[in-house]
Amino acid sequence: MDKQNDNEKQYLFDNPKNVKRLLYIVYACCAVLVLLEFVIHRHIYHSWEELFGFYPIYGFVGCVVLVLVAKWMRTFLMRDEDYYDKLESKQHPKPANKKQTEAEQAQGGHDVDA
Amino acid sequence: MWMPELPVFVPFFIGALIALVTTGKVRQAVLLITPVLSGLHLLTVPVGTVLSFSFLNFELEVFEVDKLSLLFGYIFHIAAFICMLFALHVKDTLQQVSGLLYAGSAIGAVFAGDLITLFIFWELLAVTSVFLIWARRTERAYIAGLRYLIIQVLSGVVLLVGIVFYAYKHQSINFEFIGLNDTASWLIFIAFGIKCAFPMLHNWLTDAYPEATPTGTVFLSAFTTKVAVYSLARAYPGTELLVYIGVIMACFPIFFAVIENDLRRVLAYSMINQIGFMVVGIGIGTALAVNGAVSHAFNDILFKGLLFMSMGAVLHMTGKIDGSRLGGLYKTMPKTAILCMVGAASISAFPLFSGFVSKSMVMSAALNNGYGWAWLLLLFSAAGVFHHAGIKIPYFAFFAHDSGIRTSEPPKNMLFAMSIAAVLCVAIGVYPQALYSLLPFDTGYNPYDATHVLTQTQLLFFSALAFVWLNLKNMYPPELPSVNLDIDWFYRRLFPAILTPFFAMFWAADRAVRGVFMRGVNGVLGLVARHEPDGILSRTQLSGSMVIWVSILLAVFLILSFW
Repeated sequence: MDKQNDNEKQYLFDNPKNVKRLLYIVYACCAVLVLLEFVIHRHIYHSWEELFGFYPIYGFVGCVVLVLVAKWMRTFLMRDEDYYDKLESKQHPKPANKKQTEAEQAQGGHDVDA
Repeated sequence: MWMPELPVFVPFFIGALIALVTTGKVRQAVLLITPVLSGLHLLTVPVGTVLSFSFLNFELEVFEVDKLSLLFGYIFHIAAFICMLFALHVKDTLQQVSGLLYAGSAIGAVFAGDLITLFIFWELLAVTSVFLIWARRTERAYIAGLRYLIIQVLSGVVLLVGIVFYAYKHQSINFEFIGLNDTASWLIFIAFGIKCAFPMLHNWLTDAYPEATPTGTVFLSAFTTKVAVYSLARAYPGTELLVYIGVIMACFPIFFAVIENDLRRVLAYSMINQIGFMVVGIGIGTALAVNGAVSHAFNDILFKGLLFMSMGAVLHMTGKIDGSRLGGLYKTMPKTAILCMVGAASISAFPLFSGFVSKSMVMSAALNNGYGWAWLLLLFSAAGVFHHAGIKIPYFAFFAHDSGIRTSEPPKNMLFAMSIAAVLCVAIGVYPQALYSLLPFDTGYNPYDATHVLTQTQLLFFSALAFVWLNLKNMYPPELPSVNLDIDWFYRRLFPAILTPFFAMFWAADRAVRGVFMRGVNGVLGLVARHEPDGILSRTQLSGSMVIWVSILLAVFLILSFW
C-alpha cells in the first residue's frame, strides 16, 4: 500500500520550481555575503586578505580548479570496478558461489550485516 | 571501595568478556552500560593519577592521567557509546565483542604512561579492529583485512624497534616529548605516521575502512587514527616537518575524494584531510595550535562518525554505497538525510557547527606563526572539504538523480546514535566553551568574531556556488562505477606483476640448480653404496656360505688331485 502511495507522491525536489527556488536562495546568500564586506571591517593577517572579495574568489576559483584537476586525474587513475578483483581472485581462488558474488558485485552491494 | 587508579580499559575488557558469554537483551545492556559506567568512573579520576608497577627493571605506568589524555579518554567514551548504540541491532558476537575490545585498547593507549604499555595497546588496536573488517564476510573484505592487518602490525613492529633503541639510548621508557633527533625517534615517528595515515603511508585507511561492515567502519573511524594524533601531540609537538606533512595530507585527498565513487571511501579520504589539519596544528606546536589539533580530533570523531553512520545506514538499508547507484533517498530517508547534512555542515566548519570552533584555531595559529603558505593551502582544502564531504556526500546519496530506490528509515537505534552525534556537533558549535574548558591549554580563544564568521561563510557559500555552476554547466565529473588507483596500486598491482615473473624465474633456476645438485648427490650416494661396509663390493658374507665355498673349493681340489 505504501509503495503505491510512493509512486504517486510528489516529493519536494520533484518539482523543478523548488530546485530553482533553492538555487535563488544560494545566489542571494552569496550576494549578501559579498555586500557585507562593505559593512564589516575584517582583521587582516595575510597580505592576500586585503584584496576585496578574497574569500569568495578563493573559494570559487579553488573549487573549480579542484574539480577540473580531479576530472583530469580521472584520465589516468580510473579503472574498471573489478580491476583489483580480477587479479586477486586469481591469487585466492574461491571454491563455490562464484555466480552469486558476481551478481552482488554487479549490484554494487556486498553482504550487509543483519 | 572505589579505586581511582583502576585503569579505564579494564571495564571494557571485562564488558567484552561478559558480552562474549551473553546473548540478546542482556548483551545489548552490557554493550551500552560498559562505556557509561567506565565514563562515570573516568569523571571521578583526577589529573595526575598514576598506576605503576615494576616489571623486569622497567617502571611500567599502565595508567597515567593528564589533561591531554583525559580529553581523548572522554571523547573515546562518547564515541564508544555512540558506536555501540549504532551497532546495537547487529546480531554478531564477533563485531560487538571486538568493538568493545577495540575501544578499550584505544583508551588503554591514550592513558599509557610508558612506551611499552603504548606498544601493547598499539598492537591490540590492530588485532582487535581487523575483525570489524572481516565481519563483513566477503572475499574483498577478507583480503582487504589482511592487507590492513599487515600494515598495522608493521607499524607496531617499527614502534617496538624504535622503543628498544630509545630505551637503550635514554635509559627511560617514559612516554613524553621525544622530538626528532636520532634514529630511535625517527622510527617511533614513522610508526605513529603509519597509523596517522601520513601521505604515502595512508593507503591502508582508504583501502580497508570502506570494506568493513556498515557498523564496523564507524568504530574504525573513531579510534586508530585519533590514537596516532594523540601520540604525535604528546611526543612531537612543534616538529616543523609535521606542518609540511599535514598540509599535504589536507590537500591531496580532496582530489581523490571528488572522483571517488564509493561514498564511504570518499569519507575515508576526507578523514585523511581532516587529520591533516590536526597534524599541522601539532607541527606548529604553540598552545593555540595544539589546542586546535586536539579539539579538532575531538570534533572529528563526532562529525566523521556521524557521516560514516549515515552512510552506514544507507548501506544497511539499500545494500549499496556507490554514488552512481544511489540518489533520491531523501524521499524515504529524510531523517537520515538531515542528520547527514548536520555532519556535513560540521565537517565543513559552518559557523554554529563543531568544525568551525576547532578548525579556525588551527588556521589562526598558522597565520599567527608565519605559516602564511600553509594557511592558504589549508583554506583551499577547507573549501575542498565542503565540496566533497559537505556537498557531494549528501547530494549523491540523498538527492541528485532519483535512483528509484525506495526504502525506509534505518532501525531506531541507528537514528538515535546519529541524533546524539548530531546534537553534540551543534552543541559544541553553539557553546564551544564546554569543549575549550577540557583542552590542555588555556588560550582564551574565541572563534566567533565577525571576521571569522564572515570570511568562513563567504568561503563556503562560494564553494557551493562553484558546485552549482559546475553542475549546471555539466562540468562536474559524473559518478561512475570505477576504482581509482592510489598508492595501493604499487603493492596490489605493480609488485605482483613484477614479482610473479621474477619468482617464476627464480623457482625455475632453483629447480635446475637443485636438479644438478641432486644428480651429484645421487652419484656420490651410489658410489658410497657400492663401497661402504655394507655395499655391494664390501659386504660381509655369511660364514655359512663361506664354509660352503671352502668345501666346494676343497672338493674341486680333491677331484683335481685324482688326475
